[in-house]
Amino acid sequence: MAELVEVLLRVAVVLLAFLVVPLLVGQVEHKAMAHMQSRVGPMYAGGFHGWAQLVADGVKFVQKEDVVPAAADRTVFKMAPAVALLPYLVAMVAIPIGPGLVGQDLDIGLFFVVAVMGVGVVGTLMGGWSSANKFSLLGGIRVAAQLMAYELPFVLAAASVAMAAGTLSLTGIVEAWNPWWLLWQAPAALVFFVAGLAELQRPPFDIPVADAELVFGPYTEYGGLRFALFILAEYAGIVVLSALTAVLFLGGWHGPWEDQVGWLWTLAKTGLVAFVVVWVRVAYPRLREDQLQRLAWQGLVPLVLFQLAVTAIGVVVMSS
Amino acid sequence: MTVVEVLFLLLGLVAAGSALLVVTTRTMVHAALWLVVTLGAVAGIFLLLAAEFVAWVQILIYVGAVVVLLLFALMLTKAPTGPQPDLDARRALPAVAVAGLVLAVLGTTVVAGFHGVELDLDGAVVGSAQTTGATIFQQWVLPFEVLSVLLLAALVGAIVLSRGTGRRGGE
Repeated sequence: MAELVEVLLRVAVVLLAFLVVPLLVGQVEHKAMAHMQSRVGPMYAGGFHGWAQLVADGVKFVQKEDVVPAAADRTVFKMAPAVALLPYLVAMVAIPIGPGLVGQDLDIGLFFVVAVMGVGVVGTLMGGWSSANKFSLLGGIRVAAQLMAYELPFVLAAASVAMAAGTLSLTGIVEAWNPWWLLWQAPAALVFFVAGLAELQRPPFDIPVADAELVFGPYTEYGGLRFALFILAEYAGIVVLSALTAVLFLGGWHGPWEDQVGWLWTLAKTGLVAFVVVWVRVAYPRLREDQLQRLAWQGLVPLVLFQLAVTAIGVVVMSS
Repeated sequence: MTVVEVLFLLLGLVAAGSALLVVTTRTMVHAALWLVVTLGAVAGIFLLLAAEFVAWVQILIYVGAVVVLLLFALMLTKAPTGPQPDLDARRALPAVAVAGLVLAVLGTTVVAGFHGVELDLDGAVVGSAQTTGATIFQQWVLPFEVLSVLLLAALVGAIVLSRGTGRRGGE
């Protein structure tokens, strides 16, 4: 009985984090972008610096009419946002923020998270196809092309750190982490972060939703709550990517006084990476489709293969 | 029947049912989406058989990459919303025969190889990454290497095909 209660409690905490943390990232995006672009951003809702803006947005989205285009494939169209959002919730279950502070500690947690993250894109593809809109379809095609290009370096970069740690358990990887990995695994960290951004279709990899040419890509026909779910999926994706980067490459809960406040370190590192995600959006212009493919196949894939060789040599040298 | 057996049966039914829908649906994209359900149910069966690693590989490679590739190809070529009445498989009967034959061969192999083997679910995990790796790279390393050469040959073949037959002069 106590075991069941513990499992339920852990799931409840993960669910709560899933509902709250993406909104925090959204708020940071509002405010950080506004300051970087020398404007104020939403300031009125809730009083202090417009903190309730996202809540107000949510209320607005709920009130909107649920429109489905006449030519759309209704079932697929309605299911798509849920398929896009749920994988990130499932992925969060396996990410540890401290020793023992994890929804469910899996023996092959890294593999689990990477596999589940790849499923989310199916939801976007479903939305793009079922809308019966040429812009949506083109956006969907771009999403698929982008995912196929960046999935390989993403998984290989994760494999590099797993090789270095000698385990696929996320907790195990953090425990095996050592500060000099910051140098040794730096190319893998870079590739992981960049490929992760591309998988989330975050700027500068947002050509699938390029508003100047495709309206809003696969999400063009969506409105109201379903649209909000897609946006929430994007923010949840940022949270999962940032937490994974922090856990795999930045040492998770390692830091001064890690025995007392280790989990704070994980959260701080996650927050830092999430901030960089927002920063990159403001700093870099959108990549063209051909530049995007070239970066993946001629830049990231060779780099991560080189990193795998370096990791293998390092592991052999250190174990002998 | 234990809970595990009931789940196994349900997942098997889901896998078989959705597989049937893959080949009978009149909408091409729906076929690809039903394939996601089939592959997911098979991954669930792997999980029940304590083959965790294979289950997540199944999700990563098949749902995350192969189905996305299929959807990409469908969206790029011919994927109207709504059913296509002209989507008629004239070779349905031979296909059923071949599928039945494959089922018979694979079924016989599995029964011959694992007849009477009981899986101890309370014992150590038999399909962890460690055991899978050790088995592939020690016991089955030769078939593994042969397979990789086969894949390499397929890759080279694809490049040759996509380059066209003759020299491309004056592009």
